[in-house]
Amino acid sequence: MKLMGYRRQDGSVGIRNHVLILPCSLCASETARFAAGLVPGAVYLPNQGGCGLSKRDLEMTLEVFSGLAANPNVYGTVLIGNHCETVQAELLAERIRQKTDKPLEMVIIRAAGGAIRAAEQAARLASQMVRDAGQVEKTPFALSELILATECGGSDPTSGLAANPVLGHVSDRVVEAGGTVILSETSELVGTESILAPRCKDEATAQKLLAIIQDNEAHFRRAGDDLRSGNPAPGNIKGGITTIEEKSLGCIHKAGTSTIQAVYGYGEQVREKGLVVMDTPGQDIASVVAMAAGGAQIVLFTTGCGTPTGNALVPVLKLTANAETARLMADHIDFDASAVITDGKPISAVGEELFEQMLHVVCGKQTKAESLGFCEMSLARMCNFT
Amino acid sequence: MDLGIVLSAKDNVATVIRPIAAGEKVTYHFGDIPGGVVAKEDIPIYHKIALRAITKGSDVVKYGCRIGAAQCDIQPGDLVHTQNLASFPGEEGSK
Repeated sequence: MKLMGYRRQDGSVGIRNHVLILPCSLCASETARFAAGLVPGAVYLPNQGGCGLSKRDLEMTLEVFSGLAANPNVYGTVLIGNHCETVQAELLAERIRQKTDKPLEMVIIRAAGGAIRAAEQAARLASQMVRDAGQVEKTPFALSELILATECGGSDPTSGLAANPVLGHVSDRVVEAGGTVILSETSELVGTESILAPRCKDEATAQKLLAIIQDNEAHFRRAGDDLRSGNPAPGNIKGGITTIEEKSLGCIHKAGTSTIQAVYGYGEQVREKGLVVMDTPGQDIASVVAMAAGGAQIVLFTTGCGTPTGNALVPVLKLTANAETARLMADHIDFDASAVITDGKPISAVGEELFEQMLHVVCGKQTKAESLGFCEMSLARMCNFT
Repeated sequence: MDLGIVLSAKDNVATVIRPIAAGEKVTYHFGDIPGGVVAKEDIPIYHKIALRAITKGSDVVKYGCRIGAAQCDIQPGDLVHTQNLASFPGEEGSK
């Protein structure tokens, strides 16, 4: 299939053509919602943070929000700041400009004279951007320009057995074509060190991978939790999982079998081709958002129980290998991989079907989450005590 | 229809996709290559059955990767779970 997308002036290729209204902080979120309500062609992301941040959280927020504005699926961005928040609009704009030269506008609520005037200004700017975005014609692009984000959530025994291996087949296909695949959720990599470290392209990459796993464990320990003892959980063991290696292998299988080329921080822009790892939490939405900030144009999401997750900027294609879930959660599930279990259909055959469906979504077919308008937003935090 | 799923040619266990009674044959495919093993005991749904003999201390392999070490000699058709399989030292429990 010939892939068609929106070529951006910064060189990237989008598979969607969104105009983003981006609040710098929670104090600007409601005004951003007003503005987005006036411009049907624009999307907005609620921001629950952006103020009262520790230094590391400020850095993480700037990284993620500038990455979202730079995401290839975004045509241009209108920033809305309140005035006094930690994430100053100018500061965020500067970070965005370091990553992309796409259209960028800014509105400050206090300077505009309050929410209604600010929303009006932002809406006028966004409305112009929507008209301009409509003039961008789709052009052919190669699979090597695609960044595929992988995620799993609401897992059950069918996830590790079928859904993740099916997605793994697609991941390998994307890497073989010269594209990029992101494996995320550091807490689920615990126990796979001896498997993943030798799969890294060199010792430095392996050390970086081991470091994010150790940091993640230390973070849990500070919160009085332990990822290793009691893992697999009694429910996992009852479901047939015996060891932590087996459990984690079920998760990481979704990223395929290729060499790990790089390890990235939360929301950091992905530059390497091939399979890469991003340090994200196990919370699905915060993980998906970080990979979107990293530049992923599409997310493939496996689920056992069925989750509703969508994203305002990036299509989230969901699959399950649980036939009951595919039936009960048909509003949310795009691809039913249960034939692997119910009919003994080979993983490679079902993987090829998923690959085809992904290409259709890349070319514009909406996912269920997109057609429902689901755009969950969550951001990881290092410190909650500021 | 196959009752077992094998995820890699290197695997020495299959995962069963419905409850299996002792004496039942679990067939599986990897690619086009068929295989089968007779269950020596009841195997609950989504649990593992040994495809080959696995000697004490050697690797149990699923997804083409070792998921732990056999804690005793395992025979083809045995249930492979917590009674005969454990993590490698250093990979279980808190470090």
